[in-house]
Amino acid sequence: MSERVLMKGNEALAEAALRAGCRNFFGYPITPQTEVAAYMSKQLPKVGGVYMQAESEVSAINMVLGCGASGKRALTSSSSPGISLKTEGISYMAGSDVPAVIVNVQRGGPGLGGIQPSQSDYWQATRAPGHGDLHIIVLAPSTVQEMVDLMMGAFDIAEKYRMPAMILADGMLGQMMEPVEIPEAVDVSKIEKPWATNGHRNKRPHNIINSLYIEAQELESIVKARFERYEQIKANEQRAECFMTDDSEITIVAYGACARVAKNAVRAAREKGIKAGLIRPITLWPFPTDAVRNAAATTKTFISVEMSMGQMVDDVRLAVNGAVPVEFFGRTGGVIPTPNEVLAQIEKNAGGTK
Amino acid sequence: MNYNVLFAGFGGQGILFQGKVMAYAGLIDGQEVSWLPSYGPEMRGGTANCSVCLSHEPIGSPLVVTPNAFVVLNGPSYNKFINEVEDGGVVVYESSLVPDIVEREGITQYGVDATRIAEENGLKGLGNIIMLGKLFSVLHFCDEQSLYKAVEKCVPPKKAHLIEANIKALKLGMTL
Repeated sequence: MSERVLMKGNEALAEAALRAGCRNFFGYPITPQTEVAAYMSKQLPKVGGVYMQAESEVSAINMVLGCGASGKRALTSSSSPGISLKTEGISYMAGSDVPAVIVNVQRGGPGLGGIQPSQSDYWQATRAPGHGDLHIIVLAPSTVQEMVDLMMGAFDIAEKYRMPAMILADGMLGQMMEPVEIPEAVDVSKIEKPWATNGHRNKRPHNIINSLYIEAQELESIVKARFERYEQIKANEQRAECFMTDDSEITIVAYGACARVAKNAVRAAREKGIKAGLIRPITLWPFPTDAVRNAAATTKTFISVEMSMGQMVDDVRLAVNGAVPVEFFGRTGGVIPTPNEVLAQIEKNAGGTK
Repeated sequence: MNYNVLFAGFGGQGILFQGKVMAYAGLIDGQEVSWLPSYGPEMRGGTANCSVCLSHEPIGSPLVVTPNAFVVLNGPSYNKFINEVEDGGVVVYESSLVPDIVEREGITQYGVDATRIAEENGLKGLGNIIMLGKLFSVLHFCDEQSLYKAVEKCVPPKKAHLIEANIKALKLGMTL
């Protein structure tokens, strides 16, 4: 077991990407994710990698598309306004079946918004990370250690299903330091990518990476095949942490930084004799519908707690499907809810269900 | 014991470093720890603060809203946060930089003339560490040796010659 060190979330993300064999980073600075790029700019040249600060986010994401198409592990990171600029390229990657990893260390929006932590890009990440019929895998860490663990796995899952994967973090997770154990580097040299456009000296028919299909029938069949893959992902890749949900009557659903706050509130509610629990989605797409449905057996009210005006609550409602009420509590604009605020919501709903 | 500590002052006073040493000491001690800096507009306006949590349980919110220990190196930060300190809490303030002390029942406040003491002892610029030493002498938030090891971890290799001075400053702070 390696030594636990104190690391910023952003730096931990970057180090984990290096350990995962990523040697290609394309980015553009923006608060509060800049440490990802800064770390990569220091470390990548030492290991023969490519660090490129592009002239814009649009440029950076297209470099990721090109690099990913060649079969190499490519990473870009940004924060909310920058991700909006990247959505065109993300759509092209989804339409070309190119795997890569995109980090969004969310800040308050819309527009330039603010620079404090936020979760108001949930809809963008899970509904429309670009134009067209598409999904990307969305992973939501809630500790610095999980930043590392999810990043280590993000390239694998992106390559397994040949699609972009996003780490959806926020300014709090990016800026905070926590003890973290960094795993050993993995060897990615043996991973076969027969689809990659990487040069073959005329030894095989050439590969084409493309998202343009002029014939409607052809495009429909390609999109449908992709959606069959999405169904497999929904069946196989849902992940959530369930905390005290075996008998919970008030079940919070919260991810990322908010889940940490919510967990404090759940503990405090239990001390007051309220049967509270927490479902913490680790995958946001696919949403852990099964975990929510299982909890619905004992739950009288769900409360989605978010740093937004209420976005994930849609997915909670879809999963619960009207079986019990689904409430929402959130702060937005960069404000982090306090455990006491969440506890007050739990108490309010507990009073209502007695 | 859960320590929810707020360190605050001007940028350049070593506020974030103070917090990092405490967090690392907790880590070396085997405690759960977190460190969260302010990075917002207030920092750009000159003040800096950071939240440090030490606990034997996993840490929920790393943002300290109601500290049970408050280490403060300027007046504006003192005024902003003094009423947020929990009852039973401890305040260590820089007595030459925090001019107006609010008398509050239920909290214990220690004034340390850290900047002057640092200069008189050949430790210029280490007033922040003297104050951390004082906080340690009040709370004993970790094993003493862990604190010294934390200094070795937090001082960057290029400034390794400052480790000894930092440890001296910690020890000095503990005697105040």
